[in-house]
Amino acid sequence: MGNNWHNYFNNWVSVLGLVILLLLTITALIGPVIAPFDPEDLEIGRRATSPGATYWVGTDELGRDVFSRAVTAIRVSLLVGIVAATVSTIVGIIIGSLAGFFGGWLDHILMRITEIFQVVPQFFLAVVLVALFGASVLNIIVAIALLTWPIIARLTRSEFLSLKTCQYVDAARLSGASNTRLIFGEILPNAMGPVIVSATLLVGRAMLTEAGLSFLGLGDPSRISLGVMLYQSRPFVQFAWWAALFPGMMIFLAVLSTNLIGDGMNDVINPHLNEGK
Amino acid sequence: MRNYVLGRLIQAIPLIFTVLTINFILIHSAPGDPIDLIIGEGDVSEELIQRTRAEFGLDKPLHVQYFSYIYNVLQLNLGHSVRYREDVLEIIISRLPASILLMGTSFVISSVIGILLGLYVGPRKDSLADRIAVVISILGYSMPVFFLGLLVLKVFSLQLGWFPTQGMYNIRNPQEGWGLVMDVMHHLVLPVFTYSAFQLALIFRVTRVKMQQVIKEDYITTARAKGVQERQVIFRHAVPNTLLPIVTVLGFNFSWLLAGSVLTETVFAWPGLGRLMFDAVSYRDYPLLMGLFVVLSSFVVIVNLLTDIVYRAIDPRVSFD
Repeated sequence: MGNNWHNYFNNWVSVLGLVILLLLTITALIGPVIAPFDPEDLEIGRRATSPGATYWVGTDELGRDVFSRAVTAIRVSLLVGIVAATVSTIVGIIIGSLAGFFGGWLDHILMRITEIFQVVPQFFLAVVLVALFGASVLNIIVAIALLTWPIIARLTRSEFLSLKTCQYVDAARLSGASNTRLIFGEILPNAMGPVIVSATLLVGRAMLTEAGLSFLGLGDPSRISLGVMLYQSRPFVQFAWWAALFPGMMIFLAVLSTNLIGDGMNDVINPHLNEGK
Repeated sequence: MRNYVLGRLIQAIPLIFTVLTINFILIHSAPGDPIDLIIGEGDVSEELIQRTRAEFGLDKPLHVQYFSYIYNVLQLNLGHSVRYREDVLEIIISRLPASILLMGTSFVISSVIGILLGLYVGPRKDSLADRIAVVISILGYSMPVFFLGLLVLKVFSLQLGWFPTQGMYNIRNPQEGWGLVMDVMHHLVLPVFTYSAFQLALIFRVTRVKMQQVIKEDYITTARAKGVQERQVIFRHAVPNTLLPIVTVLGFNFSWLLAGSVLTETVFAWPGLGRLMFDAVSYRDYPLLMGLFVVLSSFVVIVNLLTDIVYRAIDPRVSFD
């Protein structure tokens, strides 16, 4: 395992991903400090100013500073991505490990429920949910988490199915370990590898979903996210294209970083994929 | 084979019912009167409200409502659009060709390029071509389709003026015959380019990885040892075995591809189902939105089913039992 993680850091692709994600996170944390202007402050006199010394990446159609808005917006985008992915991962792990560990009727019921959530096209269900229940950050997070946990649940279940027959689990059971101890102490830690890879990819996918929803006009109107910025800049792309470029690049970088990290971790966890390298 | 296909078709029925049930639950758990979601808000005549109430049995107990909802949908009654003042299913059918044109063209183009590229670089792991292709594909894979669309629109349409900004044909100067075909193709270029980026990257990634695995298989070594020409080894022995996972990956990613088409159509005002969904959201046209959800979900169920059948039909190793 240690050697594998050593490989991970030798894999420059995933290190690049980590660095990008770290930079974006730092930007999100210190956003309000480095924002030179109030992100909501509109001034008619400086509408659609092109990038320059004062407005580093320009101002939008209402005269708001794009840089200040974007470094504020990334907080909401990252928050949605990370919280949605975390909730979805926790729910998925609980359901997947119960189904995989106990098997039988419990497995049967849980897997039927999982299938129901996988039948419907996720993005459209998110659109419908947010359209019906209102576009708030909370609803968007709930919608995304509700639609993505089955991926984690199935993965955890299949890991449990193969791990629970391992000898070390039998040994622990014979030495009197409780089911709780077996699930959380023995099996889960060894099942976490692939789960973490999927969870990382989920962060990117959740941010992308949030941006997609916002682009359809389903972003939280009281909070600026990167997707909301893109949505607002769309009609003005002819004369204020920079208002779309900067937030768009940030979404792209966020998704790219999670994909790079995911790819890199996949190489670590499935080293046989790299045979002959 | 026939029994298998029949069996799978029968399995699809409960899935479609699941979709309808979810839709029913959504309509009834959303805030507000369910009648608004079926008939829409706004100035609707009292007579139509009463008629719809009776049609969907909204004055009856919930389980009766459920069955009358299912009955109505099976009769292809998806309600009336608020904005278009038309039958929801009729609007959806009228928008279908535009979406099929966009998705179909992209599918063909990205499959051909993605597969050829994957086949080419697959056996050349870590060569310069391989590295360049991998970098471009991960960029394409991570690019939000709506952002790419905006960039392409700005550069090739607004800046350079090479392509029209939106729509499917020129409304001010309508063409006929070949002129119309050329006009539609001209409008199609940017949406197809935008929409293909993700799909192409996906197909390329899968083909490349599969090709790397296949090329190491024993039967390839055997073929080479027997003195079969390299070209023949690739095209007769390796290629058929790489195509299989591509079918599966595309089939099971169909719902994400549909989502991509919604966003692409929104950027370019392409008059398909995606743009229709955007309009339904913008105008709070709930009957249309729910109708679209039923239709698109059913598509996804059907495509997953077809993927399964095609997969088994082309892989002789998987039995039909």
